[in-house]
Amino acid sequence: MTKVAVTSEGPNMQDMVDPRFGRAGGFVVVDPETMEHEYVDNGQSQAMAHGAGIQAAQTIADSGAKVLLTGFVGPKAFEALKAVGIKVIQNLDNMSVEQAVQRYKSGDVQYAQQPNK
Amino acid sequence: MLISIASGKGGTGKTTVSASLTTVWDGPVTAVDLDVEEPNLHLFLNPWIASEDKVYLNVPEVDESLCTLCRECSSLCQFKAINVMGSAILTFPEMCHGCGGCMAICPEKAISWGRRELGTLSTGKSGFNDFLMGRLRVGEAMSPPLMRAVKERLVKNLDHRGGDAIIDAPPGVSCPAVCAVMDTDFILLVTEPTPFGLHDFKLALEAFVPFNKPVAAVINRSGLGDAGVERFCSEQGIPVLAHIPFDRDIAGAYSRGKVIAELSPELRSVFVQLARSIKEMGAGGRDA
Repeated sequence: MTKVAVTSEGPNMQDMVDPRFGRAGGFVVVDPETMEHEYVDNGQSQAMAHGAGIQAAQTIADSGAKVLLTGFVGPKAFEALKAVGIKVIQNLDNMSVEQAVQRYKSGDVQYAQQPNK
Repeated sequence: MLISIASGKGGTGKTTVSASLTTVWDGPVTAVDLDVEEPNLHLFLNPWIASEDKVYLNVPEVDESLCTLCRECSSLCQFKAINVMGSAILTFPEMCHGCGGCMAICPEKAISWGRRELGTLSTGKSGFNDFLMGRLRVGEAMSPPLMRAVKERLVKNLDHRGGDAIIDAPPGVSCPAVCAVMDTDFILLVTEPTPFGLHDFKLALEAFVPFNKPVAAVINRSGLGDAGVERFCSEQGIPVLAHIPFDRDIAGAYSRGKVIAELSPELRSVFVQLARSIKEMGAGGRDA
């Protein structure tokens, strides 16, 4: 099944979803079927003055995830994610990574058509 | 001599001073508005604009048939203006600073120059003086490349016509302000005698003193506030070359787009004296 990347404030499933995309602490990349997961640090784009969202999109693309669960995505990052065919689900802040993935699995989500930041 | 009129903060009266100095300057002078994000010197000098040219910045264009997705360009670019995303190469022209690094490093020579519009460069005349102005395109974030284009035109103009230049610099102490003052011969800081004025004046000095050029101050709205700026200037050895009084008539004239040096003989002599002091200090070298 397609892997999903979740912006997170820490490396575990119980950590909170980071509402920011570009400057998220990191990404938990999850296989929703098995709930196996790995953590990808986003330090590289946190250190950038500009283009953090674009760098983060590149990191997600490299992780092999095809869906992104997050809080807010800016216009340039959105364009970059779209170009690589990564679907975006926004407004999933205020919950843990695990809850976000459960929400995604339940189907109670909408794919974003445009950036919300 | 190139004189930049700068300040640590906006609203101190750079444009007032620039316009008045230009008007009273003895000898040929080119007035330059380098506050390209919001130029307003023309509102006072009412120049006749002879030409308006678009200014472009070179940005990369990728020939995808040649690109092997090696990522050399994207790892070089500090602004993420060019990126490899999975099996696609993407450019973000509005992030590009136009350094050309991606083109130089590309092993496949897949990158060529496209361009994006930065803004316009206007040239004209105000009375007998030449006038130059840059205006950044709405939505464009990078002013220094446009400012460089204006400065190149200024250098050409001065080579051709001679004389001095009075440059209205952008407010603040970040890239645009530094870009405006860095290759001038004299920095005139306009400040106001308030704690805010003093705070930003200190920042401006910190930013501009390393260029090792003569620096002097003009106190605008003199009579308002306190003596902090004055005291600081005398401690630091920064000459205060002029005081412009805090005066309702000046504010009124400014709001109607009048050059305040033309308001009264007293004000005119303030600026004539200022122009003279600048010339003396400029000729005297780096005693600031």
